[in-house]
Amino acid sequence: MSGVIIAWSVTIAQLLLLAAMACALLRLVRGPRAQDRILSSDALYVGAMLLLLTFGIRAGSTVYFEAALVVALLGFVSTAALAKFLMRGEVIE
Amino acid sequence: MTHAADLPVWAALLTGFFLILGSTLTLLGSVGLLRFRSFYERIHAPTLGTTWGTGGVLIASMIFHSVLQSKPVLHEILIALFVTVTTPVSLMLLARAALYRDRSEGNDGVPPFEAAAESRNERRRSSNT
Amino acid sequence: MSALVPYPLLTASLLMMWVLLNGLSVGQVVLGGIIALAASLAMAALQPVKPRIRRWDMIPPLALIVLADILRSNIAVAGIILQGRRHARTSGFVMIPLELRDRTALAVLACIITSTPGTAWVEYHAGNGMLRIHVLDLIDQQAWIELIKRRYERRLMEIFE
Repeated sequence: MSGVIIAWSVTIAQLLLLAAMACALLRLVRGPRAQDRILSSDALYVGAMLLLLTFGIRAGSTVYFEAALVVALLGFVSTAALAKFLMRGEVIE
Repeated sequence: MTHAADLPVWAALLTGFFLILGSTLTLLGSVGLLRFRSFYERIHAPTLGTTWGTGGVLIASMIFHSVLQSKPVLHEILIALFVTVTTPVSLMLLARAALYRDRSEGNDGVPPFEAAAESRNERRRSSNT
Repeated sequence: MSALVPYPLLTASLLMMWVLLNGLSVGQVVLGGIIALAASLAMAALQPVKPRIRRWDMIPPLALIVLADILRSNIAVAGIILQGRRHARTSGFVMIPLELRDRTALAVLACIITSTPGTAWVEYHAGNGMLRIHVLDLIDQQAWIELIKRRYERRLMEIFE
């Protein structure tokens, strides 16, 4: 019984997260400006992180947690660096 | 999915509820990202995914692993803390970068740079009279 | 005490992070404690401005208020997104004159405002204390100024100043 509930809810959640990532990807392609693209790449990182966590629930193991943490870290660093780049035109001053 | 069958039904239902709540909120945030018209409106949309969207999935993961291993598994709190601290920072940087670019190109619908000082002077003047 | 552990809060949270990542056992607590202490000593060598917290007891109520507000505005913004374009809505910038000057308190306020869906911190003039935020569903400017000042600024001033 609970196996069925978990299997279905994980599948639905993964489909919803995939749809969320598709929306963000569409905004990334459409733009229109660089800041919109950076914002949507940040949303893509968050979607990927949550998707990894749902994989962890599906597999019943916590090894996906470290990967999710690294994705979250990379997402922040890249967004901050790109925003800084937009502001000044240089990443490292 | 054999391991999940050992889970009590209440834990499975709670996990499923929080999973679907979190992913629905994340999806709504992304739909907003697609739907809103200006950049300054769009910057509000991803916060849905980074607050209760992430929160829901993390709570689901915590409940699931804690019940499955019958000991508290709380390291998801680290992701929650990290996301709560970093999202405002990156969104603020982006908003300021967008404002800077719009101002330097002279686009419409953007508050001018000196508005802050002006409105303060106005307030001072009105309080003097 | 403060010479031995220069940043007690930083040390404690580093130790907590280590234990959460590596599991709870005596060896891990000792190792994490040594690493956290070394990191806080390294932090002291950088000599950052030390934040002063006056009222510890005011922090949990503020955290609860912020969590509830985030939940409420999540629902509000989700409603706006679902309504789409049928619903007439104006968004815009609001200027707020702040009396808060403490830098840590301003950083906390920025985190609160930005992580609440529907409001975003845009810029702050350190010279005259004017803050500009962007509001998604702007009906009454004065109401937003009152809300931010009464709900968050007053509490943060009690905690930090």
